[in-house]
Amino acid sequence: MDYHSPASFAEASALAANATGITRFLAGGTDVLVQLRSELVTPDTLIDIKKIDGVSDIISNADGSWTIGVAATGAEMSEHSELGRDWPGVVEAMDLIGSTQVQGRATLTGNLCNGSPAADSVPAMVAAGVTVTVTGPSGDREVAVEEIPTGPGKTSLSKGELVSAVHIPARGEDGGDAYLRFIPRTEMDIAVVGVGVNLRLDGDTVAEARVSLGAVAPTVLLVEDCAKAIIGSTLDDAALDALAAAASAACNPIDDKRGTIAFRTEVAGVLAKRAAKIAYARAKGEQA
Amino acid sequence: MALDDRKSEFTFVGTRPNRPDGLDKVTGRAKFGADMSAPGMLHGAILRSPHAHARIVKIDTSKAEAHKDVKAVVTRADFADVPFKPGLEGEFWNVLENVMAGEKALYDGHAVAAIAATSALAARDALKLIKVKYEVLPHVTDVDKAMASDAPVIREGAADYSVPEGMHPNVVRYHESGHGDVEAGFAEADLIIEDSFVTEATHQGYIEPHACLGMLGNDGKGELWCTTQGHWIAQKTCAALLGIETSQLRVTASEIGGGFGGKTTVFIEPVALALSRKANRPVKVVMTRSEVFRATGPTSSASMDIKIGMKKDGTISAAQGVFRLQGGAFPGAPGDMTAMCAFAPYNLTNVKQVGYDVMANRPKQAAYRAPGAPMGAFAVESVIDELCKKLELDPVDVRLKNAAYEGTKASYGPRYERIGLVETLEAAKAHPHYSAPLKPGQGRGISCGFWFNHGGETSVSLSLSEDGSAQLMVGTPDIGGSRASMALMAAEVLGIPYENIRVTIADTATLGYNDVSHGSRVTYASGLATIKAAKHAVEKLCERAAASWGIPTDAVKWENGCAVPSGPNAGDFDPRPLADITAHMGSTGGPISGHFEATPEGAGVSFGTHIVDAEVDPETGKTAITRYTVIQDAGKAIHPTYVEGQYQGGAAQGIGWALNEEYIYGEDGRLQNSIFLDYRIPVASDLPMIDTVIVEVPNPGHPFGVRGVGETGIVPPLAAIANAVSHAAGVRMRQLPMSPPRILAALKDNG
Repeated sequence: MDYHSPASFAEASALAANATGITRFLAGGTDVLVQLRSELVTPDTLIDIKKIDGVSDIISNADGSWTIGVAATGAEMSEHSELGRDWPGVVEAMDLIGSTQVQGRATLTGNLCNGSPAADSVPAMVAAGVTVTVTGPSGDREVAVEEIPTGPGKTSLSKGELVSAVHIPARGEDGGDAYLRFIPRTEMDIAVVGVGVNLRLDGDTVAEARVSLGAVAPTVLLVEDCAKAIIGSTLDDAALDALAAAASAACNPIDDKRGTIAFRTEVAGVLAKRAAKIAYARAKGEQA
Repeated sequence: MALDDRKSEFTFVGTRPNRPDGLDKVTGRAKFGADMSAPGMLHGAILRSPHAHARIVKIDTSKAEAHKDVKAVVTRADFADVPFKPGLEGEFWNVLENVMAGEKALYDGHAVAAIAATSALAARDALKLIKVKYEVLPHVTDVDKAMASDAPVIREGAADYSVPEGMHPNVVRYHESGHGDVEAGFAEADLIIEDSFVTEATHQGYIEPHACLGMLGNDGKGELWCTTQGHWIAQKTCAALLGIETSQLRVTASEIGGGFGGKTTVFIEPVALALSRKANRPVKVVMTRSEVFRATGPTSSASMDIKIGMKKDGTISAAQGVFRLQGGAFPGAPGDMTAMCAFAPYNLTNVKQVGYDVMANRPKQAAYRAPGAPMGAFAVESVIDELCKKLELDPVDVRLKNAAYEGTKASYGPRYERIGLVETLEAAKAHPHYSAPLKPGQGRGISCGFWFNHGGETSVSLSLSEDGSAQLMVGTPDIGGSRASMALMAAEVLGIPYENIRVTIADTATLGYNDVSHGSRVTYASGLATIKAAKHAVEKLCERAAASWGIPTDAVKWENGCAVPSGPNAGDFDPRPLADITAHMGSTGGPISGHFEATPEGAGVSFGTHIVDAEVDPETGKTAITRYTVIQDAGKAIHPTYVEGQYQGGAAQGIGWALNEEYIYGEDGRLQNSIFLDYRIPVASDLPMIDTVIVEVPNPGHPFGVRGVGETGIVPPLAAIANAVSHAAGVRMRQLPMSPPRILAALKDNG
């Protein structure tokens, strides 16, 4: 196994482009090292991107948007009060991953690039409209988060490409987001269902919405029908029921050790309602 | 072994001093199984079957043997030729077959070969060089399917004499007991409920994986360091499996990171020794968590049918149960224990119970706290709860009405001596928890539980030092704070402070035989042995004092740590403290020690009653345990903090078993969840504060009244939680674990 710690994303990209066999990028390592130790994936080339300048930064941009470094950890995000005020759903989703120790290492980028349909931060990012910069042999491109995963453990990144930054849009006025997941325990588990909701109000009416589901299909889903179900409503019971129905209808889950098809389909609707209520309350400036 | 000098007033017993092993454990100084190393040490790794059931056609180890880092490869041929016998009679053969597969791999994870190499990584990598040719056979993992006529036969000839003719060869033991006439009893009942229940296998879930360091020379002399609940059984079993003399193998027990019954046998220890013998170097083997789940003892899964008849006043007129327990691909599932414990809390005129020990393609079951009892209690106490509900009777009153007491003929045969079930029920009824209001969506459950407890072969040695301190050597590994309890009991007898006594878990070369730390026996049996050994030393102390005073030994008594004349007629001498006598022991007759070697027989059965509140989310089926109270008879709590810890631990493990823990097998017979991420043990935030009430109804068979407390605490939780959840959800839950998908499905079925 070859280990590299490049000083720039261009260098990291070049190393990956020229590598043979299995290549993995190492940020927090909370998936890569676990897979390595359990012999699920033994990389031939390991490229550590933590030593690139600025990768741990959480930057508040002049236009109100945020840029999150690829090695910024869940703990650093949770401790960043302004980020949490703007995007509580994204920060809470990240904070749900693993234990306190894992939070000291785990990153948004790693959670995204691991390609798990059950990744907690991904539905929250999709709902929030987050994009990432992808650096590759032919330069940089900006890609929506929902276009990165293509199936369990698979991404749309091609050989030599890696995510080099995460961009969260400006929160703006009258908006709120939330992420909820279902696990049978209270913490340190993997989502059986995850739902991210992000919305903006015009008075009491939902003007814009994005709803994303996790762990109910081969990839995290952005569900337009869920958004349609609540846009134009005041999140009354009829709109919530329509939201739940749309969420359940969008599910294409599997039966496995973590949950059944029937359970995931049902609970996706339940959580969509609950997450929407929290996002709505947050958009109204209420504590939730 | 009733003793007529039972104490009721105590100085040290019943206090809560700091544990003697605490500092070592919090500073990392304590040495656990994997913490030992030796010069020239090799690392072992084990190749395991990926198939649930397969004939081993050929194992080619040549490439592995040729690898430069590999120093030894072993297969079944490197072990002794232990004769096959049916049932548990052939337990050495069963253990050998489990430790290293013979002609067939019998479950996913079954060991088929092992390697010793110069590093752990090299050993792991070299496993890939071993080529095994398998002929995959049909498999069965479910207990009911394993008993069906078309089930694949795991092994012909494994059944013992007890199995009725015509049963499938996978049924290997049969138990039937009871008394009275159940049919006549059912005829008297105002309401009869008949129902069926299933529970899935769970793992003991000890945090420390199995680990050992073994060295065995070609001269048949060996040393073994391992994490175990019983190093004498490890010594005896390893010697038998390797064909060496028992006494030539010295076994030392490490500090132990949990056992709960699962470390009462051997898995990797004989393999490390076989590798060492071949390589002529020490070999260390440490299991991964996945190996622990796949290849060490989970508890049995169970399928049970219960029929209970009750009169309108709550009297149980008849009770019967059929208990089918699956214990992996070997005899040993505790169907007999389940049957015997199921109705044991009750004073029944008519009772009948049948238990089956059934083999399936799963790892060999190992003991897990009160093995077999929790699942039986789940089934029986669920039916009692349903009867109470239908007859509109209070569940504690009904249990009080039927509770066993001193003189009751137990459902499994003997008459009880003094027992404390009624006291636990009365304490439950009086407890504020029982009358506390419930919120909407919450339910309350009650259950009783029983466990036999055990005595077992026990050796203890106590020696006094010149400065008046004492060393106590016991042979039962400390899995529940027993070093503190032993020191308290010795302090009580000797009359010297707790801190002046050092308790050591001695190795197999230092003491006579000791049974495993199981059966809740340690505080009872090693405690009794400690008291007797200390009294033995006290007799000698009195002799020395008598000699110094020139009076007969029987004119001296021991009081508050001093020899004193037994009365005014004995003479007028100043008390001689223990340290004063030991200071001169070298010149007054030599070292002073006390010993005990015997098998105490008065363990004293124990009962508990649990009260649980549960809240079920009707939209997701998720359960939260909102309040939990354990009430249990300890006989006499030597170190009450440890007793409370045992109660809380039993409840915590019961909560896991009831709600989320389970072995999940795929269609291919492979275990799907062999890591803690997917084998869902409760995390700390899943648990409420678990309140405890220690009831003390002294055990007549122990000098201080001790009853074992380690196991009874896990018997009531499954039933108590199921009753609470069933009330909260409004639908009877008959299958464990009551995971959210199962509860949500039950709610949907219920409309």
